[in-house]
Amino acid sequence: MSINRRNFFKVLGVTGATIALGQEAQAKSASEEVTEFKAILYDSTRCVGCQTCEFSCAEAHNLPAPEDFPEVGVIRKTSEKRRTVVNAYDTSAGEVYVKRQCMHCNHPACGAACLTQAMQKTKEGPVIWREDKCMGCRYCMISCPFDVPKFEYNSPNPKITKCNMCFERQQEGKLPACVENCPGEALVFGTRRELIAEARRRIVENPDAYYPHIYGENEAGGTSFLYLSPVPFEEIGFSTTIQNASYPALTKGFLYSVPAVFVLVPSVLLGIHKATKSNLDKNNQHD
Amino acid sequence: MTSSAFPLKKEKRSVWRFLLSELKPRGKWITPFNVISIPVMLVGAAIIIIRFINGIGAVSNVNQDIPWGVWKGFNVITGVAFAGGAYILTFVVYVLKVEKFHSIVRVTVLNGFLAYVFYAGALVLDLGKPWNIFNPIIGNNFGANSVLFLVAWHFLLYIIAQAIEFSPAVAEWLNARRAHKILSGLTLGAVIFGITLSTLHQSGLGALFLMAKEKIHPLWYSEFIPLLFLMSSVFAGLSMVIFEGSISERVFADQITSENKKQRKDIILILSRVCAFSMFVYLFMQILVFAHGHRWEYINTPMGYWFLIEIFGFVVLPMLLFLLSFKRANIMLAKVAAVFTILGIILNRLNVSIIAFRWDAAVHYVPSWMEIVVAVSIIFVEIWIFRWVINRLPVLRESPSWAKNKHA
Repeated sequence: MSINRRNFFKVLGVTGATIALGQEAQAKSASEEVTEFKAILYDSTRCVGCQTCEFSCAEAHNLPAPEDFPEVGVIRKTSEKRRTVVNAYDTSAGEVYVKRQCMHCNHPACGAACLTQAMQKTKEGPVIWREDKCMGCRYCMISCPFDVPKFEYNSPNPKITKCNMCFERQQEGKLPACVENCPGEALVFGTRRELIAEARRRIVENPDAYYPHIYGENEAGGTSFLYLSPVPFEEIGFSTTIQNASYPALTKGFLYSVPAVFVLVPSVLLGIHKATKSNLDKNNQHD
Repeated sequence: MTSSAFPLKKEKRSVWRFLLSELKPRGKWITPFNVISIPVMLVGAAIIIIRFINGIGAVSNVNQDIPWGVWKGFNVITGVAFAGGAYILTFVVYVLKVEKFHSIVRVTVLNGFLAYVFYAGALVLDLGKPWNIFNPIIGNNFGANSVLFLVAWHFLLYIIAQAIEFSPAVAEWLNARRAHKILSGLTLGAVIFGITLSTLHQSGLGALFLMAKEKIHPLWYSEFIPLLFLMSSVFAGLSMVIFEGSISERVFADQITSENKKQRKDIILILSRVCAFSMFVYLFMQILVFAHGHRWEYINTPMGYWFLIEIFGFVVLPMLLFLLSFKRANIMLAKVAAVFTILGIILNRLNVSIIAFRWDAAVHYVPSWMEIVVAVSIIFVEIWIFRWVINRLPVLRESPSWAKNKHA
C-alpha cells in the first residue's frame, strides 16, 4: 500500500464511516490492510554468519559471489553488486551477526519519492524497482532512511539495485532465496502479522535470550523485515534516530497545501490586479 | 491578384533571410569572456560525451551515500532560487502595476526563462536514464505523491508561462503586429499562473529534502525548509537582478536610454529595500526554527560554526549593507550587498543539498574538476544565448514605437 491522496481520502472515509458505525469495524479494517503484507523475520540469535544468504542472493540475482566475510570491526555495506550483507558485532552478549538488506517499509520513503512509480510497494509486501519506469534521478536514495537503494554509477544504462524480497520467486510460489537456503532457520517467511506474533512468542518464552523489542514493528511506520536481537539494537549497528512515523508523512503537509495554494494564490493575485486597476482608472479620471 | 500575392511572398522570403542574418555573430570575437568561455565549453562538451558513454561515475564524484552532487545542488537547486527574480518582478509590474520597474521586467523574465531551460538541462545530464524523462509527463506513471513529481511538472509549466510572458518581445523583433497583440493579451494570465507555480516549486525544492530527516544536519533540517526556501528565493532573485543589471549596464550600455539609466538607480535602491526587508523576515524565521528546535547544543561544534558563518556573514551582513545602501542612496553598497547575498544563497543551498547532507558519512563528497567544468559550461552557454538575444531583441532596448502604446 502506498500513500497517495486517493488512499488518504479513502482511509478518511472509512474511518469516518466506522466511527459512526462503531469502533470494532474500524480496528478490523485498518489492521487487515497493513498486516497482510508478506514479511521476513530475522532472528540474529540463530544466525551463525555463514553467508549462505549472501551466496544464494548473488546466485538468484546473477550477481558476483561475495569474496570477503563478516569480521568484527569491519562494516560491510550493500552495493550495486551486493544486495545483502552479514556483519559481525562485538556486543555485551558476545559476537552477534546481523544481516542487512532493504527493510521493505510499509510506507516506503523511496516509493513516495519516486515520480514515475518505478519504486513500488506491491500489495504483497515487497518494495520493487521497475526498470522501464525509472529515469535515474536517485531521489529514492536521498529519501531512504536506511540508505538502501544503490545506483550503478559506472554504467551508461544504470539500474537502481536493492533487495526485492525475491518478488519474482514469490510470484512463482517459491520462498525468497535467502530464506530458503538459511541453514540455521534464522530467516522465516510469512505474513507480517504471523511473524510479529511469532517474534513476540520467542521473546516471551525466552526472555533472557532476547532484547525485548522487535525492530521493524514500528520503525519507519513499520517494515516487512523484522529483527530480533539478544542486545539493544544500537549495539549491532542499527540507527536509533529512525522515527516511528512513516517517512512519506513528512511531505504530506506540503503536498496537501498544493491544491489550496492553487486556488488561493491566483484569486488573491487577480483581486489585487483588479483593485490596482480601478485605482489607476480613478486617478486617470481625476487627472 | 498577382500584384497582391507577390509582395506577400517576398515578405515571407525576407523573414527567412532576416532570421538567417540574425543568426550570424555580431561584434568582436576576441573578448576576454569569449577567450575564457569557449575552451571551457568545449571541454565541458567532451566531458558530457564521456558521461553518456561511460556513466555518471566516470566524470562525477557522487557516491552511494551522497547521490546528488553539484549538477543538482548547484545548477538546479541554487540556480532556480536565483531565477526567482522573475516571479517577484512580474508580480510588482503586472499585478501591483508599479510602472517604474517596467524597464527591467523583460530582461528578468528572459533570465528566468533561460535559467529554467538550462537547469532543466543540467537535470537531464544527471539522470541515469534520461530517455525515461517523459514517463512522469505522459502515460500512466504518475508518482503523484512525490514532491519531485510536483517540481518537475512545475518546471515544465513555468517554462511555458515564462515563454508566453517573454513572447511579445519576439513578436516585436519579427515585426509581427497581430501576434504581438494576441500574445500581449496572454501576459496577465501567464503572470498569475507563473507566480502560483513559483511559490509552489521554490518551496518544493526545499520540500524535496523533507524525507531526509536524519540525513541532514539538524541545524539545516526542519519541517520549515519549504518556507525558508520560498522566503530566501525573494532576495536571491532580486539580488541577482541587481547583480545582473550592474553587469548588463556596462556590457550593453549602448542599448539603454539615458532616461532608463537614471531610473535604474532608483530601481536598485527600492530593490535593496525589499531585499533588506525580506532578509529580515527570513532571519526571523531562521531564529524561530532555531529556538523552536532547541538547537543550542549544536552551535559549539564545527558544523555550528559553519552555520553561524552562513547566518551572520551572508544573511545579517548583507541585510545591513542593503539597509545602509538605501539610507545613504549608495548604489555601490547595494551591489556589494547583492554579491554577498548571492554567495550566501549558494552557501545555503549547497549546505542543505550537499554539505550538511550526510555530514556524518565516512566518505565526503567533493566535486571532481569535470563536474565543475560542466556546471560552469552550462552557465556559459546560458550567458552566450542571453547575449545573443539581448543584441537582437528589444529586451533592454526600447520597444518599437508601434508596440509601445498598447503596453500600458
